[in-house]
Parts: sequence; structure tokens; C-alpha cells
Amino acid sequence: MFDQLIIAFKERFSLTDISGTEPGLRFITVPKGQAVEAVRFLLDEHGYRHLVLLTAVDYLEQGVFQLTYLLHNPENKSDIGIRTRIDRDHATMESAHELWPTMATYQRELREMFGISFPGSPGVDDDFILEGWQGMPPYRRDFDTKVFAESFYPQREGRQTHDPATYMKEKLYPNE
Amino acid sequence: MSIDDLKKKIVTSPDGDEFEVNPMTDYFCGDCPEEARPVKGILEKFYNWARSESIWVLGFGTGCGAIEMRPLMTPRFDAYRYGIQWRPTPRQANMLIVSGYLSVKTLKRVIRVYEQMQNPKYVMGLGSCTINGGMYYDSYNTIKRLDYYLPVDVYVAGCMPRPEALLAGFEKLKQLIREGNAEGANDYANRFEWYKANQKAVILNWDMPDYNW
Repeated sequence: MFDQLIIAFKERFSLTDISGTEPGLRFITVPKGQAVEAVRFLLDEHGYRHLVLLTAVDYLEQGVFQLTYLLHNPENKSDIGIRTRIDRDHATMESAHELWPTMATYQRELREMFGISFPGSPGVDDDFILEGWQGMPPYRRDFDTKVFAESFYPQREGRQTHDPATYMKEKLYPNE
Repeated sequence: MSIDDLKKKIVTSPDGDEFEVNPMTDYFCGDCPEEARPVKGILEKFYNWARSESIWVLGFGTGCGAIEMRPLMTPRFDAYRYGIQWRPTPRQANMLIVSGYLSVKTLKRVIRVYEQMQNPKYVMGLGSCTINGGMYYDSYNTIKRLDYYLPVDVYVAGCMPRPEALLAGFEKLKQLIREGNAEGANDYANRFEWYKANQKAVILNWDMPDYNW
């Protein structure tokens, strides 16, 4: 299913990795500058006209975000994920909102949750689901959600716990 | 609504006149809530009995708790036989059921809903999430205890509580009302600054009037 496509793909882009365990699914890794162009190529020339999702994975140890543009072809029921790795400290990616209107929403979400900026994407700096969030974006892996929750929100005092044997002994036989 | 909608603006009437509107004073009442003092004696007892027998519920269905209200209001558990009925708007309701976790964004809406309800009004916190955060104890955007932000009369524990537990909660609330102890709205009026300070501590983009009804 993918053989001819991959040959055509290799002619135009310098792909670094192809993986995929399912018969109808391949993940292709390309350099950062070619990712949006690769998505446009699949959309225009190979019928991958449905954007399933755009998501990011935080590889904290390697200092990169991995972006995945997952596309679906309704004619032959196959999926291709275009992956690219971008620098984590100054995370910027080319905007692809011209290909699908929904792409702007995904980019807005990534801007808010991971702090990846997409210059030129419409409304990308508006609040998405967090209103008035300040500080580090919460989906970054170095954001400690438990520490934040305990310091930011007033907590109810926790329950007391007892060792059952000693507790029952104290309750039932206080004089022994 | 965004914060820009609250700024002063020039509005053109159907007749063509132009006039200035300040939404903060023209659309909202800026006064703080006031305590409604109970009437003395047997009349208040009668009032309280009447209130306890007509609880009109506004279900704020966040999280999974809303699903428990459907069997409660339909024939299997049929809460209507206890004088409890569901209403579509805060203006018609006197009891707010917050049925699950509240994110900061939802909390803002709940506060508006609560302040739009008329006195006397009661709040029921449903499920562990409203009590101590429940399974969202370490979440970055859900509040951990509802009674810091709204005066809660009754908590129903469980994750999720069954409709029977809700019925028991209603009976407990009725008992509190008849005894004259369900004074959440007065508590909210008396400790208004404390509640507002707690609310504004977590809602960082406060873009509404302090008290809106």
C-alpha cells in the first residue's frame, strides 16, 4: 500500500525514519523544515485529506518535542503520521493552518499546553481551555502537577491512619 | 463573555440615538449581598417547613455526577414524590447541586449561577471531588474543596454516590432547613470578602463583577 508513496516521498524529502506495526499505518520522520511541506504533499497528491490529529510528545531527556501530524486517506483506509522533532527550549514550529481550519485549533492547544509557538496561526495566543493560566505550561514534563496543586489550591486535611493492631490494642485494652 | 464586554461603550438605539453604556453599573448590580434575617417565632418555623417541602433543583452537571440525577428524577427513584423538582434556570431554583469536580473555568460559571439564584438557596456538593478533590487530588486545574468558594450545606460522599445516597442527602437537607440551620446564603453574605478572596485566588483572570445577579 505504501511502497510507491514512499518512493515518491523519498525523492522529495529527506526522511530519517519509517516505522509502523499496523498494516495500514506508517510513521515517517522528517526534519523540522520539511514537515509542513510533507503534510501538504500527502494532502495534495496522495489523498490524505483528513487530519486526524496534531499532537506533541515531550522528550524531556533529549530536549525535544516530537510533533505528529496524523493523516487519513478515506479511499484506501490508510493512515500516515508525519513526525518531526523540534527544539524544546525555543519551541517554534511553522504554522499549517492554511491546510485545514482545524489545524489552528490544534496549534492553539499546543501553544497553551506545551508552550510551542506557531507564528501566524489565527488566534493562537487566545485562551483555549485554561483561562488566565500563568507560568509553565502544564503538559511539559518538568511541570510538577502535584506540587502545583498542593501549593495553589486549598486542601482539606488528610485522614489519619493507624496501624490496626496497636490502635485496637489501645482502644480495647488501654490498661495493658 | 470576555473582559472587553465589560468596558464602557457607545450603543446606538433603534431610534438612532447614541448613548454610553457602562456594563458594570448598567447591566449588573454592584451591591454586595445582604443577610436576610429570619422572622422570629412560629412563622419562621412555618416558612422553613414550606421551604423544606419545595426544593427546586438546578443540577450543575460537571463530571460524572450528572448521570446519577437522571434515574433520580425518573420513575425508578422518583424524587418528585419528596417535593423535589428540577428547574432549567438559576432564577427558578433554590438549590444548586454541584455534581463533581470543578475546574477553575467551571468554578467561575458556578459562582455566577449561584449568585443569580434567589434567597433562600442551598448548595449540595456531590461526590468526593467536591469534598477533597477525589481522584483529581493532584490535578493542576481542579479545585480541591468546594466550601472555600461557596457555602455548602450538605455533602454527599461517594465516587459516585448512588441515587439512594442523594435521597438521603435531600432528607438531611430538609432536616437542616426545618431546624433553621441551612443558612448558607446568609453565610455567603456575611463572609462575602472571605469567599471572594478565595475565589479570586484561583480564578486569575477575573473578568466579571464581584457580585452578579
